[in-house]
Amino acid sequence: MSQTVKNLALAKAINESLRRALETDPKVLVMGEDVGKLGGVFRVTDGLHKDFGEDRVIDTPLAESGIVGTAIGLALRGYRPVVEIQFDGFVFPAYDQIVTQLAKMHARSLGRVKLPVVIRIPYGGGIGAVEHHSESPEALFAHVAGLKVVSPSNASDAYWMLQQAIQSDDPVIFFEPKRRYWDKGEVDTEAIPGPLHTARVVREGTDLTLAAYGPMVKLCREVADAAAEEGRSLEVLDLRSVSPLDFDAVQASVEKTGRLVVVHEAPVFFGSGAEIAARITERCFYHLEAPVLRVGGYHAPYPPARLEEEYLPDLDRVLDAVDRSLAY
Amino acid sequence: MTVESTAARKPRRSAGGKASTTGTKRTTRTTAKKGSETQLVQLLTPEGKRVKNAADAEYASYVDGITADELRALYRDMVLTRRFDAEATSLQRQGELGLWASLLGQEAAQIGSGRATREDDYVFPTYREHGVAWCRGVDPTNLLGMFRGVNNGGWDPNGNNFHLYTIVIGSQALHATGYAMGVAKDGADSAVIAYFGDGASSQGDVSEAFNFAAVYNAPVVFFCQNNQWAISESNEKQTRVPLYQRAQGFGFPGVRVDGNDVLASLAVTRWALDRARRGEGPALIEAFTYRMGAHTTSDDPSRYRHDDERAAWEAKDPILRLRRHLEADGHADEAFFGELEAESEALGRRVREVVRAMPDPDRFAVFENVYADGHALVDEERAQFAAYQASFADSEGV
Repeated sequence: MSQTVKNLALAKAINESLRRALETDPKVLVMGEDVGKLGGVFRVTDGLHKDFGEDRVIDTPLAESGIVGTAIGLALRGYRPVVEIQFDGFVFPAYDQIVTQLAKMHARSLGRVKLPVVIRIPYGGGIGAVEHHSESPEALFAHVAGLKVVSPSNASDAYWMLQQAIQSDDPVIFFEPKRRYWDKGEVDTEAIPGPLHTARVVREGTDLTLAAYGPMVKLCREVADAAAEEGRSLEVLDLRSVSPLDFDAVQASVEKTGRLVVVHEAPVFFGSGAEIAARITERCFYHLEAPVLRVGGYHAPYPPARLEEEYLPDLDRVLDAVDRSLAY
Repeated sequence: MTVESTAARKPRRSAGGKASTTGTKRTTRTTAKKGSETQLVQLLTPEGKRVKNAADAEYASYVDGITADELRALYRDMVLTRRFDAEATSLQRQGELGLWASLLGQEAAQIGSGRATREDDYVFPTYREHGVAWCRGVDPTNLLGMFRGVNNGGWDPNGNNFHLYTIVIGSQALHATGYAMGVAKDGADSAVIAYFGDGASSQGDVSEAFNFAAVYNAPVVFFCQNNQWAISESNEKQTRVPLYQRAQGFGFPGVRVDGNDVLASLAVTRWALDRARRGEGPALIEAFTYRMGAHTTSDDPSRYRHDDERAAWEAKDPILRLRRHLEADGHADEAFFGELEAESEALGRRVREVVRAMPDPDRFAVFENVYADGHALVDEERAQFAAYQASFADSEGV
């Protein structure tokens, strides 16, 4: 293993990425609730307050609109704030600032103003949490022009995609798969990364394409393993970016396999899978052997923890969708 | 310090007659608390007389040495701003603008506070700060693009340190606070001023801005123009306490100033900006004024307020008041007023001509500046739109 390759948990990879950003650019700030001495409720900002001080790693009042609103002001002053929203379900007080101001100010100013703000949001379920701590609201942000929305699935992407998000002059909503925070992976801190908004084939296959991002990529790999035992060759695509979405990569894969199943934790209804299904149907109509199928959450509030296994896509539910697709 | 009559406060409801466990009888408070009398800083009476009041000496010291030239300049600012505003209202009536939000009646609050700012200060306005824009050197015709519908903000915010108009009520108070936090981090000695109105005082963002500014001791001045009406809703629907008193709960000073008194508005804003620059943190100024016109050209105030209220405020007109002062002290003669009249008409003419000549934006502007670093979907949709547009060329034989 080269000296620049480390084996890091996903949360630690984000921590190291933040540290690198703070070290290399004096304009980068980290701000949010409990990101200081505590190091964040998931310890993602652990040690940063100690090393960079409260002027750059800022514990904020408990007011999400205030956090994002002041981050906008700091960005107007030339700073590059990286904001932490403590949990997915707590972003909504800031939704107004994100949608009406953060997303639109660049266009409103005819390009004269740039808002390089990153909003990190731990998202998704599977950790047995109470209400508002397990949601997947990415479609609510992907629907808003002016925002970019990404979600890494592994430690290396978490490290590099965050670097790229911070360097971007556009606001980026950075969805962190909280149930994968403790999953370890190799991170090469010198490897030149590919572009931020491109998908990646993480497993090649010929019979069907599974498209996912964030926490569902690992599940889809497991599904592909299980399907392989039954003699089926599934291709797994890690979309990585929800807006913009790399439709070219999905199209290329579907033209090869003829079948597509999209998997996300977010509710299926009006979810990102719906957009992918519509566009891929349009792009690949004569290649498709089956309708694009979706596996995701139900049109119901995220359930109490004892029921989340029923609600979340799992191996059997995705395999069931694979079977249905292949049965056409 | 002059004392206005305190608005009648409704008695609190008693605790519903529940028996107290201690057996002592609870009394219902019916009297206003001592010290809740509202203050009002005024340096120029509606009759144009200078007020010398020991209680306001600290504020007054910020305009003590004001010269006749400076007074005439303030008068000119207010007259030209009102003329521009009237022209914009006319242009809306003529169909040249889709909407206009008039500042009529608020000239003193805006010119006084706007002229208190320094070049390196930064201003975050609402959509009604035409007088402040004037003070910052923004060409008034640039304000009209968004009201004509050719853009959503037609000036460079960093050109004059005057941010774009914010339409969502109160959002900019947080932007100003964040900007001020950045100023402090930079070690600069400039200050930031956030404008908003009495309606915005009800928004959570404004309270959050107050709190962030206080917690971080940010060099920001909150300038609330209380023009008495948030479209159709009076102050009674927004607040139970005079707005300036809210500052106390957040831990910084609040001052109510006569917003129709340009001298007092200038003095109090200079005071607040000065202490912000010295590192003493935020302050709230409530400029007590009146929206003489409608909320916007789409509004009809006759449905919710009486003409006699307007008449009472006309007697306190900010421009008339300074004119009386200038005339009484012999600071301005007929020639000055005559020249200003001609300048006003020239401004009106220029605004009219520029607006009428303002071209519609290029249809592809929809796709411009959605992102700073580009976005694949925007590119794709632009190409589709171009192809669709091009399809007409064939059928038209172009």
